[in-house]
Amino acid sequence: MSLSSSLSRIAVRLPLFFVIAVAIFAYGCKGTGTRGPVNLQGAGATFPNPLYQKWLSEFSKQHPDIRIDYQSIGSGGGIKQIQSQTVDFGASDAPMTDSELKGAPGELIHIPTVLGAVVVTYNLEGVSTPLRFSPDVIADIFLGKIAKWNDPRIKADNAAVNLPAADISVVHRADASGTSFVFTDYLSKVSADWKDKVGADKSPKWPVGQGGKGNEGVTGQIKQQPNTIGYVELAYAVQNKLPAALIKNAGGKFVAASIDGVTAAAAASAATTPDDLRVSITNANGAEVYPISSYTYILAYKDQRDAAKGKALVAFLWWGIHDGESFARDLQYAPLPAEIVKRAEAKINSITSGGKPLR
Amino acid sequence: MNQITNANSQRKNAGQWRFALSPTGNAGDGIFRGLMFAAALLILVIVVVMIVALAAKSTLSIQRFGFGFLTSREWDPVKGQFGALPFIYGTVVSSAIAVLIAVPLSLGIAVFLVEQAPSYLARPITFMVELLAAIPSVVYGLWGIFVLAPFLRVHVEPRLGSWLGWLPLFRGSITGIGLLTGGIMLAIMVTPIITAVVRDVLEAVPNSQREAALALGATKWETTRVVLVNGVPGIAGAVMLGLGRALGETMAVTMVIGNRAEISASLFAPSYTIASAIANEFTEATGDIYLSSLVELGLILFLVTFAVNGLARVLVWNVTRRSGAAA
Repeated sequence: MSLSSSLSRIAVRLPLFFVIAVAIFAYGCKGTGTRGPVNLQGAGATFPNPLYQKWLSEFSKQHPDIRIDYQSIGSGGGIKQIQSQTVDFGASDAPMTDSELKGAPGELIHIPTVLGAVVVTYNLEGVSTPLRFSPDVIADIFLGKIAKWNDPRIKADNAAVNLPAADISVVHRADASGTSFVFTDYLSKVSADWKDKVGADKSPKWPVGQGGKGNEGVTGQIKQQPNTIGYVELAYAVQNKLPAALIKNAGGKFVAASIDGVTAAAAASAATTPDDLRVSITNANGAEVYPISSYTYILAYKDQRDAAKGKALVAFLWWGIHDGESFARDLQYAPLPAEIVKRAEAKINSITSGGKPLR
Repeated sequence: MNQITNANSQRKNAGQWRFALSPTGNAGDGIFRGLMFAAALLILVIVVVMIVALAAKSTLSIQRFGFGFLTSREWDPVKGQFGALPFIYGTVVSSAIAVLIAVPLSLGIAVFLVEQAPSYLARPITFMVELLAAIPSVVYGLWGIFVLAPFLRVHVEPRLGSWLGWLPLFRGSITGIGLLTGGIMLAIMVTPIITAVVRDVLEAVPNSQREAALALGATKWETTRVVLVNGVPGIAGAVMLGLGRALGETMAVTMVIGNRAEISASLFAPSYTIASAIANEFTEATGDIYLSSLVELGLILFLVTFAVNGLARVLVWNVTRRSGAAA
């Protein structure tokens, strides 16, 4: 009797102990959090993730007092999180639209970090010389207007290649992706029909074909099925030694996808790049330009609420566009051209906290 | 005297208080009962919270598209037009193919394991079945791309096309990636689960049933039928479990179904399931109406699963009542 009543008394008080214990624990955490190093949280695009992870580890070696975490949750997630201020910086492959910028509580700036490219890859048995494509031909293949590999318009650019009389199977990305955005943005610029019927989007309504999940899904489907055509990121294509088509650029020259060709595209469009650096550089003019290229951006608030965090963020961004660029090439990203680095510097210098500059 | 009544009334009060928690009057029992009740209640709370959250987040698209969301075939994020019909079709048909293939197969395996196989065969096969059930779905998906899809493209689909090509179901260009492959993929994933559960169910059928049947002169097949009839509710539960996994499976299907929001008469054509669509598009969906439509897809998947489960329950109830009446 007395045992059970004392037990029940303890049981009744158990939750109380719990609450007190949790409260003490929470208080303790808070106490240590303010004394530790500066913590920055970032989230967004998956495409630059390998590079950003490299940046974080190199940067933290030089700045042990700054801790930065980056979660590659996708550009859409990055934009949402920076809008709701749950992260200190976001990241996106496509620049934010005007309406997305309006959805943020403060002024956001775009800092380009590196560039990437999209290559057209295919699986044609017995064809070893790289195929050449004119822009309108790619658009019409993905529109379903050119349905056979031996179509005269494909033949016109590939006179030396013995093309089969087979149906073309188109493979595109099934998951919404910056890669799809860059590719469809390019097709919208080179084909009025594409712009009209499909448009540029991370996940457009594809007129024909089947979807693969991720670069690896698209590659898997292309490798396993003969007579397929699709598109993947340059870095992925290089690492997996996929055949890559030469694309006729706006200057009329067939160019293979290369890091230099991508940087050239950024340099060639520098003159027309607006002040906020939100720009599409697909189909840029210039002889050496690879035409299906794009920037990837870090997004940050111009006015930082927390001066210590803002200072750390500015230091990281500054380091990234200078020292960080040297890691790009090894990971198959194209570094920024010099004039864009200058303009990104000005953007970073414009970040303030409470009206005071942070650098 | 006064003291005694006081003590009595105290005990009475205490008794009432304890009775509210536990019929035995033991505080420990009461606490245990309360905890278990809370655990059970949690399930209900989670279901309700999920429905409410999904409905709340999808109000925008429910208001914009209304009932038309369920009947529209258009899914065009660029133009902001969203309709769920192709996804519902893909989900239901791929799961139906899976169940159609997996149920007879699993029943066969389970009957063999329990009724026929010598123990030196039954044990390793049972182990393998349970192992298959535990393989992560992304591994199935990779296997699907590299082995299953090419195999179907080269060996199965051309034959289906030439034998059954008079049916619109088996016409069209053969790529190895499509609704049929998705369904077969699901069948392969669901079979171990159904088999494992059915095996346990058949094992649980008392041996006296088998002995009684055999004693009456029943053949092995007739005895097996008796065992199966005894296990109907459990078998139905196993099928439900498999169907549930098929409806909600995401990664493996995404990798072989072709991910195309279109309804085609042909099973060779690429299709799309609700779960794959959400997984593929959610991370990058920025527009409010786009996001809301994806959440509404989630709500629909919830309701489809609910409806299918409900339907199956009614079916099981009917069967057991009839077999009960027959016995």
